[in-house]
Amino acid sequence: MVPLSWYLGLSALLFTIGAVGVFIKRNAISIFLCIELMLNAANLTLVAFSGFFGDLGGQLFVFIVMTVAAAEAAVGLAIIISIFRNRESLNVDDVDALKL
Amino acid sequence: MEKAIFIILAAVAVASALNILLQRNPLYGALSLIGTLAALSALFVTLRAHFIAAIQIVVYAGAIMVLFIFVIMLLNIPKDQPQVDKQKGLRYLAIPFAGLLIAEAFYVIRSVRPISMPPVLDADRAVGTTWSIGTGLFTSYLLPFEVTSVLILMAVVGAMVLAKREND
Repeated sequence: MVPLSWYLGLSALLFTIGAVGVFIKRNAISIFLCIELMLNAANLTLVAFSGFFGDLGGQLFVFIVMTVAAAEAAVGLAIIISIFRNRESLNVDDVDALKL
Repeated sequence: MEKAIFIILAAVAVASALNILLQRNPLYGALSLIGTLAALSALFVTLRAHFIAAIQIVVYAGAIMVLFIFVIMLLNIPKDQPQVDKQKGLRYLAIPFAGLLIAEAFYVIRSVRPISMPPVLDADRAVGTTWSIGTGLFTSYLLPFEVTSVLILMAVVGAMVLAKREND
C-alpha cells in the first residue's frame, strides 16, 4: 500500500520543477508548459486526497481545473500568437511595455 | 508491488518534467509534458480515479497538448535564447528558492497522518467511477458545472478576438 505522503511528495516535486521552469525559461510557450505542469501537480494532490478519504469533491474539482486549463490554454496561446505577430519574438524579455 | 509501480511511474513523471527544463526547443518540451501527463494518468488509476485518468489522456494529452504543438509548429519559433544577462541574478536565485520550497513542502508532508484507502464496498458506484462523477456533477455540483460552460464560451470568444488580424 503506497502511503499518502508519497503522492504528496511527488506532487510537491512536480510543482517545484514547474515553478523553477517559470523562473528560468525565457520562451513564452515553455513558460506556459511549466504552468500546465504546476496545474497537474495540484491535480495529483486533489486526486490523492479524494482517493484516500473516499470523497468525491476532489475529483470533481480536478474536472473543473482541467476545464480552466483548457480555457487558459486557448486564450493564452491566442495572446502568444498575437504577440508573435506584432514583435516577431517569443522572448518574454522583449515584451516589457508595461515595465516602469 | 504497489510501491514498485508507484516508484516507476513517479520516476517517469519527474524525469519527463525535468526534461521540459532541459530542452531549449519548446516542441520537445511539449512532448515531454505528454510523458508526465501519461504517468500521472496511470497514478490516478492507482488512486481509483478511473474517470479522471481517462479524461486526463483524452482532454489533456489529446486536446490541450495538440493545441500547444499546433501553435508551436504554426509559429516556427526560434529556440529559447540563453543570452539574457540583465536578470542573471534571478536565474541563480531560482535554484535556492526551489530548494526552500521543496524543503517546506516535505516538512509539512512529514507530519501527514498515515491513513489507508477505504475499502471498496460497491464497485459499480464507488468514488471515481463515471457514475459517481456524473451524479455529483449534476446534483450537488451543478452550479460550478454550469459556470464552467460560461467560462468556456468566454474563452472561445476571447481566443477568436485575440487571434483575429486587425486589418480585416
